[in-house]
Amino acid sequence: MRSTKARLITGMTWIIAVTYFFPVAWMFINSFKTENDAASLTPKFIFTPTLEGFSRLGERGMSNYLTNSLMASVVSTALVLALSIPAAYALSIRPIHKVQDALFFFISTRFMPAAASILPLFIIFKNLHVLDNIFALSLVYAAMNLPIAIWMMRSFLSEVPHEVIEASRIDGADFETELWSVVLPIVLPGIAAVALICFIFSWNEYFFSVLLTSANAKTTPPFLASFVDGRGQFLAVLSAASTVAALPVILAGWFAQKQLVRGLAMGAVK
Amino acid sequence: MSAGVKKAKSTGDLAKERNLPRKLIAPALIFSIALTQVPFLATIYFSLTEWNLLKPQDKKFAGIDNYLYVFQTGDLLPAIIATVGLTAFSVITSLLVGLFFAVLLDRKFLGQSVARTLIITPFLIMPAASALIWKFSMFDTNIGVINFVIQKLGFSAIGWSTQYPYISVIILLTWQFAPFMMLILLSGLQSQSREVLEAASVDRAGIWRTFAFITLPHLRQYIEIAILLGTIMLLQAFDPVAIMTKGTGGTKTLAYLLYERAFVGMNVGQAAAYGVVTVVLTIVVATVSLRSLFKVFISGVSK
Repeated sequence: MRSTKARLITGMTWIIAVTYFFPVAWMFINSFKTENDAASLTPKFIFTPTLEGFSRLGERGMSNYLTNSLMASVVSTALVLALSIPAAYALSIRPIHKVQDALFFFISTRFMPAAASILPLFIIFKNLHVLDNIFALSLVYAAMNLPIAIWMMRSFLSEVPHEVIEASRIDGADFETELWSVVLPIVLPGIAAVALICFIFSWNEYFFSVLLTSANAKTTPPFLASFVDGRGQFLAVLSAASTVAALPVILAGWFAQKQLVRGLAMGAVK
Repeated sequence: MSAGVKKAKSTGDLAKERNLPRKLIAPALIFSIALTQVPFLATIYFSLTEWNLLKPQDKKFAGIDNYLYVFQTGDLLPAIIATVGLTAFSVITSLLVGLFFAVLLDRKFLGQSVARTLIITPFLIMPAASALIWKFSMFDTNIGVINFVIQKLGFSAIGWSTQYPYISVIILLTWQFAPFMMLILLSGLQSQSREVLEAASVDRAGIWRTFAFITLPHLRQYIEIAILLGTIMLLQAFDPVAIMTKGTGGTKTLAYLLYERAFVGMNVGQAAAYGVVTVVLTIVVATVSLRSLFKVFISGVSK
């Protein structure tokens, strides 16, 4: 009796999980179709797979956009780590006065609508001739991710046992030694989580990329929308492009689920 | 805390020690101010000018004209309603769906981790890709899978993103963010003490009563964090509106309205005025809710 009920719930869970995942699976399936198969009025599950869609991505120069996305994500993530680790250190291990105010300031910058800063950024970038420049975009992404990174880093750092730090200080370790050889090794998994999340947010970002870049520095998300045209069938090639664009983050997320959860809850959830 | 260590050091070291935290936080603070606060001050300045990017040389002081325009044209209130409505509905629906998933996944069963992996995937997909895939392969009136199913069930096809843009955006956002809510709530469920749950089952408390009187109160802190983080992310959601509905059918949020003014209309002054009003409103609304939620958050962090 009990096991029948359990089996029923398991079955239902599986049906729900598969249904929920369906749009992703469908994107993947469509990416191997010809445009005609993809535009079939009756959804086709059986068809002759083709790599036509993927080969057209090369013709459209998708590799440039992927390179731009990679650059913006890596540069901004590196910058965020360089800024957030010392700041979080000052907020947790060697607390400054008014820790709460500083934290509140950082988190409130994330609440501020991007709308508030986009216009001046656009005009300043234009005057400095860095509109459509991937490093300028990386700076914006770093500013966007910094509050979250500081928040997460702080919670990871505050878990470092006091005894360990005290011991190293008694041994006469100066600040650099304390940071590099005592604290950082302990929070390395935390740093990885922060880096992963900043990378994902930058990789997926759309608004700033649409507005601050055009031909040279455009990243993948706005490029995807360019497949939509009024003239004809595009679902197969759009699906192929979306699959390629989404795959790195999907794989990273699948393999690092635990870190992702901790990181996304900014360490608030143990 | 480290008084003994400090005493051993010279006074010069002490001063250095005291300045260190400030030096450490300064770069992040300066960077953050330069890229978020300074542009905001510039936005305020722009909002007081009459300035169209199509005629950049005709820039002149406009006083409060732009603000008068903002409050008189009647675009503002609908945009506020759209922003608040879309955010609130999406946060609530994704929280409920996420809670349902978390409860389903909190039991041991065959392939549990595979099912969880399938469910979190929508959150990982690039939002621009999600919006496009939903628009053209799920919602489409001709080849959309949802309409295929609806027609098979004997109803007529629905033009989701054209007829019901508001609901379509909420469906898309819920699909994307429910997994996020689920992840936070699931770690809440898994941190429940087994003894308490066993005690409840020994006392024959029943599934629903255990859930209502033990699990939900325990989850409260997790729910609050999920709402706070979900609100931060959903408030800024621009991609689904820009890609799927272009602001039609009550989905013209403040972000999209400003984008339209600035980058389609090229009117810097007006767009800046919308930007300032948006920020002021956000501050007013957020200060109250953020301060109280922030307390929860801090206490969660420092536990």
